[in-house]
Amino acid sequence: MTIERPAALEKRAGDVPRGAALAAEGRLPAERVALVDLLDRLLAGGVVVTGDLVISIADIDLVRISLRALIASVRTAGPPATSPSEPSPWEPGPWESGP
Amino acid sequence: MTDSGVYMYAVARDDSDAGPDLRGVLDVPVHKVSRAGLAAYVSEVPLDQFGEEPLTRLLEDLDWVGEVARAHHRVVEAVAGAGPAAPVRLVTVYGGEDQVCDLLERRHDDFEEVLTRVGDRKEWGVKAYADPAALQRTAGGEPGTETGAVSERPGTAYLQRRSAGLRDRDRLRKQAVAWAERLHAALCEVAVAGRRHRPQDPSLSGRDDWMVLNGAYLVDGGRERELAAVVAAFAKMSALAGGDVGGGKEAAPWLDVEVTGPWAPYSFTSLELDRDHVRPEQGRPERGEHGRPERGEPRRGEERRGDGGVR
Repeated sequence: MTIERPAALEKRAGDVPRGAALAAEGRLPAERVALVDLLDRLLAGGVVVTGDLVISIADIDLVRISLRALIASVRTAGPPATSPSEPSPWEPGPWESGP
Repeated sequence: MTDSGVYMYAVARDDSDAGPDLRGVLDVPVHKVSRAGLAAYVSEVPLDQFGEEPLTRLLEDLDWVGEVARAHHRVVEAVAGAGPAAPVRLVTVYGGEDQVCDLLERRHDDFEEVLTRVGDRKEWGVKAYADPAALQRTAGGEPGTETGAVSERPGTAYLQRRSAGLRDRDRLRKQAVAWAERLHAALCEVAVAGRRHRPQDPSLSGRDDWMVLNGAYLVDGGRERELAAVVAAFAKMSALAGGDVGGGKEAAPWLDVEVTGPWAPYSFTSLELDRDHVRPEQGRPERGEHGRPERGEPRRGEERRGDGGVR
């Protein structure tokens, strides 16, 4: 599906319109999708099949494992982490963490 | 030569054609397994990587996870581009194609229901972030100004200020969350269905402001503009009225809203297919369904298993 750039997706000047720019271009090329957005969907969405399988996501506490790895990697390879709080993937929302 | 398994990406109708030369994880060609008018898109994977034991180890490897996720996404995108598709959860591996056929046959009606529901609708992601400092300015007042009399004793005054600061922060957070609730509700008015993913960890999103909404919306073709209009309206309104107080004066928007998509309908095909044919979403009021807004913050421990979404 291709859509024209919806005017309302334009962000105010000075913003980095990451999602909006991608969205406006139509289908997202796999390599440009933010991994974190992709994992939101791949780990919490989709058809889940259990039984009769060699392996399925349901068999492993994958979310925790992979995101622990993700965060560790982000923190060592990327810029300094912005949050001093303990990494706690998917659990405390920003409003749930301390003051 | 190692044993191999069958990695399943998505289920579509058998007349769908995701195109030739489609390659999946480890760059292995993808093919269709057809049964009962449905087709599962699968590829062969070695069990020395996709067995339970090696997988547990490999999932610690971000590069590996990223490659598998992107390969999975690439196939799902191709399938969804060719017609209604139900993406399958990451890393679903069968021992053989016979079992895939068996699944398509046994769960034919469930898959049909999902594919009919999805149709040519697309999923859009909407993420909203609140900037506490900008919200503070817009809402008016400096931290601690609502405290009233301040003790002359320095220690007590410090504790009073600190306590007031926490109250302020809590108040701002509640305002931001309330805005996110309203935004989600408004987006659900446009969408066929809405669902909230849990907020992303700041170290993953790269943002230290508060992520107050991580939503997914299933939208009819042609209504993307309406979704975009809602997003724009909320960002603008947030500049005019800082939450529930201090309305009327214009300030920098404290609410930043990002749109991603279109996505294949990942968040709306969370069909859980097990032997008992459970519909786990029933009695789960925190799930948005059929455009009905969800209430309440995402709770801990949710959404590890596929549930909600389709009905």
